[in-house]
Amino acid sequence: MRKIVILCFVVLSIAGYKLPVTCADDKQETQGKAEVRVVEVKQPAEIEGQTVTSNNETITAKGVALDTVWTLLAAILVMFMQPGFAMLEAGLVRTKNSVNILMKNLMDFCFSSISFWVVGFGIMFGAGNLLFGTSGFFLNDVGGTFDSLSWTGVPLECKYFFQLVFCATAATIVAGAMAERTKFVAYILYSIIISAIIYPIVGHWIWGGGWLAEIGMWDFAGSTVVHSTGGWLSLTGAVMLGPRIGKYRSDGSPKSIPGHSIPLAFLGLFILWFGWFGFNPGSTMGAIPNIAHIATTTNISAAAGGISAMFTAWLMFKKPDPTMAINGVIAGLVAITAPCAFVSIGSSFWIGLAAGVLVVLSVIFFDKTMHVDDPVGAISAHAVCGTWGTFSLGLFAQNKFLPGTTGDGLFFGGGWNLLGAQSLGIISVFAWCMITGFTLFFVIKHLIGLRVSRTEELRGLDIYEHGIEAYSGFQIFTTQ
Amino acid sequence: MKLIVAIIQPHKLPDVKQALFDNEVYLMTVSTVLGSGRQMGYTETYRGVPEEVNLINKVRLEIAVNDDFVEPTIAAIIKGARTGNIGDGKIFVLDLPQCIRIRTMERGKKAIG
Repeated sequence: MRKIVILCFVVLSIAGYKLPVTCADDKQETQGKAEVRVVEVKQPAEIEGQTVTSNNETITAKGVALDTVWTLLAAILVMFMQPGFAMLEAGLVRTKNSVNILMKNLMDFCFSSISFWVVGFGIMFGAGNLLFGTSGFFLNDVGGTFDSLSWTGVPLECKYFFQLVFCATAATIVAGAMAERTKFVAYILYSIIISAIIYPIVGHWIWGGGWLAEIGMWDFAGSTVVHSTGGWLSLTGAVMLGPRIGKYRSDGSPKSIPGHSIPLAFLGLFILWFGWFGFNPGSTMGAIPNIAHIATTTNISAAAGGISAMFTAWLMFKKPDPTMAINGVIAGLVAITAPCAFVSIGSSFWIGLAAGVLVVLSVIFFDKTMHVDDPVGAISAHAVCGTWGTFSLGLFAQNKFLPGTTGDGLFFGGGWNLLGAQSLGIISVFAWCMITGFTLFFVIKHLIGLRVSRTEELRGLDIYEHGIEAYSGFQIFTTQ
Repeated sequence: MKLIVAIIQPHKLPDVKQALFDNEVYLMTVSTVLGSGRQMGYTETYRGVPEEVNLINKVRLEIAVNDDFVEPTIAAIIKGARTGNIGDGKIFVLDLPQCIRIRTMERGKKAIG
C-alpha cells in the first residue's frame, strides 16, 4: 500500500501535480490565505488499467516463470552430470577403452533424448493405468494427458526436459558396470530400450500416478526410480557379459585392473556432486524455500558418505583408497536422493554415513563373493545405496518438512506403514529390473552379440570399435 | 648365456607370459615399442581423412637365459604369440657375454636364474 502511494506521489509530481500536503511550513505560508491546493489522487485501481485481480494474475504468472527458471536451471545442472559420469568412467577404465566408454556415455544421452521424447515420457507420465501410461507420446497433450504432473505449473517442455535428464542419468549408470567388454551397437540398443520402456514404467509406478504411489511409497528425487533402476540393470548386464579377461584367476580370486586416470575420475566425481544440486533440489519443480533444506541434506549426506567410505577402506585395506572415497561420496548422494526433502540434516548425516560403509562392503561382496566384475562400482553405489536410501526414507522421514506427504517414519513415531510401502517398492522395482534386464540382454546377446571377442578385448575397444586412440602419440601399456 | 629379444603383438602378452610361466621362465623385461615389419602399416580414417599408420604399437620382451633354457623359451614365446596372421612378430637370440646380479654381485650362470 505504502509503495503504491509513493509511486503515485512520484508519478504525479513528474506530471506536474502537487498533492495536498499539510506541514508546518505550508501552514505558515498559507496562514493568511484561504488557498488550498487540491488535486486528484488517482486510486491504485485506476492506474494503467490495473486491478487487484490482474495484479494477482501477474504475480501468479511471475511465480510460474520463476518456477520454470529454477526447474530448467536444475535440469541443466543434471545434464552436466553426464560429463560427470563420462569423466568418472573414463578415468576408471584402461586407456585402451576410454574412447569407447566416452562414446557410450555420449550416445546414450543422445538416444535417450529422442527415445524419451517419442515414447518414454508418455509411458512415464501419460494417462493410462496403474502400471504404465498409454498416451502422451511425442509430448502430445490432448488436455489431461499429463495430469500426473499437474502438481507443478511449469510448461510441459520444461517437465519433459527435467525428466529426460533423470532418465539419461539412469541409462548412463549401466555403461560403467558394462565397461571394457560390451559391443558398442549392443549398448546403443540397450539405451534405446531403457529410455523407452524399462525406466518409464518404474517412473510411472512411483511418480506417474502408478500403483506404488497409490500405496504411499515416496521417492523424492529418484533413489529407486533412477539409481536403483540403473544399478539393478547394470547388475544384469554385468552378469550376462561375464568378467573382463584377466579379472579373475583360475582359483576365482580377483585381480585389480586399475583405472588409467585418477584425476579424470575425481573431476567426474566433483562434477557429479555439483550436478546433484540440480538433481535433488530441482525435484521440487518450483522455486520454494525448501530447496535450501534439500541442498543442505544432499551435501551433508555426500560428505558423510565420503568420510565413512574412506575410513572403512582405510581400516580394511590399510590405506585410504581414493576410488572408494569417490564411491562413498556417490553412495551418500544416491542414498539421500529419495529422502532429501523429508528428513532433517541430522538424519541425512546418518543416512550418508551408513551409505559410505555400505558401498565399500558391497563392492567387496560383488567383486569377491559374487564374482560380478563391476569396473566402477556402479552396482554398489547405485543399486545397493539407492535401496538403502529408499528404505531410510521409511525410517527417518518427518512430517514437518513437507506436511501431508510422507508423514513420519519409523524413528519418529510414524509406525511401520511408510517403511512397508518403501520396502514393497524396493522389491518390486528390483524384480522388474531383474526380469526386464536379463530378458533384454539375453535377446541382444542372441541377436547381435553382447560381448566383443577375446582378441578385440585385449587389443582394446578404442581401436576395434572406433579406429582411434585416446592418447595418440603416447606410448602406453595396453596390456596388464 | 643368451639374451632373447622378442617383438610381439601387445594383445598377445598375457598369453606369452602364461606360456613362459608354464616353462618356468619368470624373469623378463617388458617395454612398449613402435615398429613396422614387412606389412608396412595399415590405414585408418580420422575425421574422414585416411591416416597412414606406419609404426605400429608392439611389445618387446627381453629375457636373459642359460643355454639350456633357450629352446624352451623360444617355444613358449611362439606358442603364446603365434596367431598365423601378419604382424605376429620376431624373436632375436643374442649372445650374452656377462650377467651380474646387483644385490649379491653374483656373476655368470648363477646370476641369470
